[in-house]
Amino acid sequence: MSFQVFLFYLLAGLTGLCAISVVVTQNIVRAAAWLLFTLAGVSGILFFLGANFVGATQLLVYVGGTLVLVVFGVMLTAQGPFITMKTGAAEWAVSTLVGLLLYGVLATAILTRTKTNDFATGPATQQGGELTRSTVLGESLLGIEQATPKANVTGVPAEKRKDLPSKGERSPVGYLLPFEIVSVHLLVVLIGAAYLARTKRRRQAEGGQPAPRVEGS
Amino acid sequence: MSPTLAGFLAAFIAGFVLITFMLVSAIFAVWLERKVAARIQDRLGPTRVGGKFGWLQTLADGLKLLFKEDLVPRDADQVLFRIGPYIALAGSFLAFIVLPFGNGVVPVDLNIAVFFMLAVMSTEIFGVILGGYGSGSKWAVFGAMREAAQIVSYEVPMAICVLVPVIVAGTMSLSAFGHQQNGMFWNWFVFHDPFTFAAFWTYFTCATASCKRAPFDLAEAESELVAGFHTEYSGFRWLIFFMAEYGSMVAVSGIAILLFLGGWHTGLLPRPWAGDLSETFLGTFVGNVLNVLVFVMKCYLLVFVMMWVRWTLPRLRIDQVMMTCLKYFLPISCFLLLGVSLWQAALAPWWFKYPMALGCVGLFVAMVVKIVLTPSTLPVAGLSGMWNAPAPNYGLLPSPLPGKRE
Amino acid sequence: MPEEIGLNHYLLLGALLFVCGAVCMASKRNAIGVLMGVELVLNGATVNFVAFAHFNPAFVIEGQVFALFVIVMAAAEAAIALAIVLNFYNNHLTVDVDTAEELKG
Repeated sequence: MSFQVFLFYLLAGLTGLCAISVVVTQNIVRAAAWLLFTLAGVSGILFFLGANFVGATQLLVYVGGTLVLVVFGVMLTAQGPFITMKTGAAEWAVSTLVGLLLYGVLATAILTRTKTNDFATGPATQQGGELTRSTVLGESLLGIEQATPKANVTGVPAEKRKDLPSKGERSPVGYLLPFEIVSVHLLVVLIGAAYLARTKRRRQAEGGQPAPRVEGS
Repeated sequence: MSPTLAGFLAAFIAGFVLITFMLVSAIFAVWLERKVAARIQDRLGPTRVGGKFGWLQTLADGLKLLFKEDLVPRDADQVLFRIGPYIALAGSFLAFIVLPFGNGVVPVDLNIAVFFMLAVMSTEIFGVILGGYGSGSKWAVFGAMREAAQIVSYEVPMAICVLVPVIVAGTMSLSAFGHQQNGMFWNWFVFHDPFTFAAFWTYFTCATASCKRAPFDLAEAESELVAGFHTEYSGFRWLIFFMAEYGSMVAVSGIAILLFLGGWHTGLLPRPWAGDLSETFLGTFVGNVLNVLVFVMKCYLLVFVMMWVRWTLPRLRIDQVMMTCLKYFLPISCFLLLGVSLWQAALAPWWFKYPMALGCVGLFVAMVVKIVLTPSTLPVAGLSGMWNAPAPNYGLLPSPLPGKRE
Repeated sequence: MPEEIGLNHYLLLGALLFVCGAVCMASKRNAIGVLMGVELVLNGATVNFVAFAHFNPAFVIEGQVFALFVIVMAAAEAAIALAIVLNFYNNHLTVDVDTAEELKG
């Protein structure tokens, strides 16, 4: 067994085990801890696949941002009886059955996948492992055409698409537009979340209206 | 030797060297902290263990901590209490994987090294949160939540300030940063343009806050919350937390040096003849040893500055800490990013770094000369002014001062 | 890069993460537990994308860019979901999803 195979099984085993622990554990704070290890394991898998930038982004955004947010939410709402909320046995049985069935369906689909002939053969490193450098990622976001290799994703050969002009006249598109959309989306989400979670003024208890609990955000 | 074993041995040796460096630097940093604190407070510090300067004091402290009773509080979350310190240590240790100490002296030469370091050091928060929550005491939870809010908030201006020299250099690879700053000291990026200069000070302050060092150490200071998130930790687990803290101090100093202060270059060798010590007549090995020594000394210089600031400035309150980040550092760092983008795109005079560098170094030298040449006045044995007036004699007891009898 | 670890290994891992996330969403009573399930599902999708990107050199960049977008979108969605959960907690003083039945029937 080579070192890489051993590393893969270690990483994948850790990730899978912690993912199962997230489901199984009843304590919500421990579930957050196992989720931390799962996300870190996924980041390791991404590094293992050579996607350095995506792996580092996973650590920075997911672990260092999203999960901290989730843990803060847990700390703000898990007071006393809400830390451990037990699920009934019947629900567990149905959920496990559904989960196993779903996994069976997915595994069957994966293992009986037919190899298409359109894909170029061989792993990515044989055909320029430099494609995973962050410079190329940035160039593809800016729309520099040489950085985005042509993929026969739709299954339709390129000559058949009549609606597009020929290659020489078509301007490079890149991924700039989705990137800008995502940036504006994040801004909107930031404003929306800050508004939703703001400190609310305590309503005076008049006319039978119960005053809502004031919660500092 | 099979490739499996070779790969495993290579990884093991690199990890072993890095963890040894981290532990030895933690030992040295603890001793340095006690000596610096002592001298600033006009006393001597450890002088007994290991000769006149107390070199082995930290070793003795470490041995004592190893023999302490391993306490786990009854109300603590048994699993989370135990794994908290190790998560902090892992987050701090992983940052050293991509930190180049010399020309090619780096375990993994990643193309996105600085991004990786920022990403990995942001996982240290979970050691704090899980350790604080897992302790089962309200002081620990408060301290951990304040600490986590502070670290997460300060990561944003820190990352933006890191982007400023990245724009100047055009790469995120720390080795390339080092290679671009070879030669004389005016090639260092801190002198490249006024925005990078300001970014250096802003980055250093945000990094100090992100390492939970004073003056931003409210969440772990003794007078505030007992000891914050590590209140219930004693013995070996406390030692792990502190190794993580000193390790991340060295790591952020390393980033500051590579991004701004010229990396492993001395800054005194002119570029055409001898840009890098390892490319001179000294050869690769001896040159790289000297490079590593220069880098480590610069690291400890910045760590010394962090300690100096800790024992000089008073502590900020937690609302002042958050206000400083969100109302001051964040707009400042955004402005610096904008400024350096404009500088690189349009306004850059290529000759700017020479007057900037010579001006800054000249100012520094003038300051040092003034401090050195100012005659020091020894404190007079006695009080001055109104405190010298004799105590009034109320007629009941003889006056305590000699020769002042009524 | 490993030659013996094929695409199927990564796809099976992605499927495992997906199924764990789905079961987590279905079986947790804590609203934040459900949110953790959503995170797991998105991570499974990320692993799948990057695995396809690695083993097919025709869309290396597409796979990684989409994985980046998935990560960023997941962060945005987690922020909004937590704001909603906090509002729910403010109004009902509980995060039990079984008590969220005011619009029922």
